[in-house]
Amino acid sequence: MSDDDKGLFQNTRHLVRMAGIFAAGIVAFVGMRMLLVPEGFGRYGHYRAPAIGDNMKKPISYAGRDACAECHADVVEARKASKHVGIGCEACHGALALHTSDPAKSKAVKPKAAQLCPACHEQNVARPKWFKQVNGAEHSGGEACDSCHAPHAPEL
Amino acid sequence: MSDSRTDKNRREFLLQGTKFIVLTGVAASAWDYVLAGTPEAAPSYKASQHWWAMMIDIEKCIGCGGCVRACKAENNVPLEPYYFRTWVERYHVRGEDLAHPDVDTPNGGYDGFPEIYHADDGAKSFFVPKMCNHCEHSPCVQVCPVGATFEAPDGVVLVDSAYCLGCRYCVQACPYGCRYIDPRTNTVDKCSLCYHRITKGLTTACCETCPTGARQLGDLRNPKDPIHAFIREHKVQVLKPQMATGSKAYYNGLDGSVR
Repeated sequence: MSDDDKGLFQNTRHLVRMAGIFAAGIVAFVGMRMLLVPEGFGRYGHYRAPAIGDNMKKPISYAGRDACAECHADVVEARKASKHVGIGCEACHGALALHTSDPAKSKAVKPKAAQLCPACHEQNVARPKWFKQVNGAEHSGGEACDSCHAPHAPEL
Repeated sequence: MSDSRTDKNRREFLLQGTKFIVLTGVAASAWDYVLAGTPEAAPSYKASQHWWAMMIDIEKCIGCGGCVRACKAENNVPLEPYYFRTWVERYHVRGEDLAHPDVDTPNGGYDGFPEIYHADDGAKSFFVPKMCNHCEHSPCVQVCPVGATFEAPDGVVLVDSAYCLGCRYCVQACPYGCRYIDPRTNTVDKCSLCYHRITKGLTTACCETCPTGARQLGDLRNPKDPIHAFIREHKVQVLKPQMATGSKAYYNGLDGSVR
């Protein structure tokens, strides 16, 4: 009878010891997890949720044509009937977010037609056939494109 | 007393109990967000209401390189060495030999394409703009060991540059060659679909500056977006469809020679 009691007592001590080790392991796991897993990880998937915000934060360089139209209504009007109507202003004039945020501080630079126009319109066999192309040397003999064509409405 | 009430209580208890046991700390609080379907969002932008895609019309691409220049300026991509978030390839296919096209992309098309072919050489030439395809089942996302590249709730595949190790697995995994290691940070970089722009209501820098409209950003979750009509009215294709990446860059006029 007393032997049985002793045996039971010994077994209980074993179990308590094991439970203690398990508990310590779980506490260590939860603690490590809280330390090592970054904020928001796993909220929407296997990634840091704040990374979405990080990608949103960057500043813009290209303001978009709507921002240009707010001040330059005359150019919008000039392009209306032209084939160039669909082209974004910054396709030719370059990134202008600095200019639209403070027009006095940062000025837009007028592009040079002799370099700008051939980027699209110089003859190239890989260009689609419907697109207007010229052999610059034959077409104007070195004359600047904008001496005949108005860039905002190039049709003659 | 009734059976249904008992069942409900038991179900409730099991659900709560499972939640409590399985989820701890941050994960438990996030579970409510997941159940509610509220993704990470700026005050004015709800990511779950969008599903971004790109439409690229090869019939309209004139190879001016405007998109390449705009992309580099907008996203601070190094000019040299020659890395790109978007670039343009020139294909030259002789006769019926679709398997062996000549492909060149001088500086990614940044400076345009000097004429190197002749109109009467019996071949066809055309330009193919390339960029991250923002795959729904991205190989790059699957291989990232730390979750530094992921698909946002609006379908855009993004890079977490603060968490990227620079291990280059994703660079090798991308079947479209859209990724590079930024030598300044030693972390990966690629097209983010101008995430900082599209979440503000602007279009991407490449779409903004494309003079012919060969690129159009589309929102597949917006029923009024013209991309639906375009995909319906044209014969569109994605790159490497056999790889089942779920690409969201839809090409019109894609030749069989394009890789």
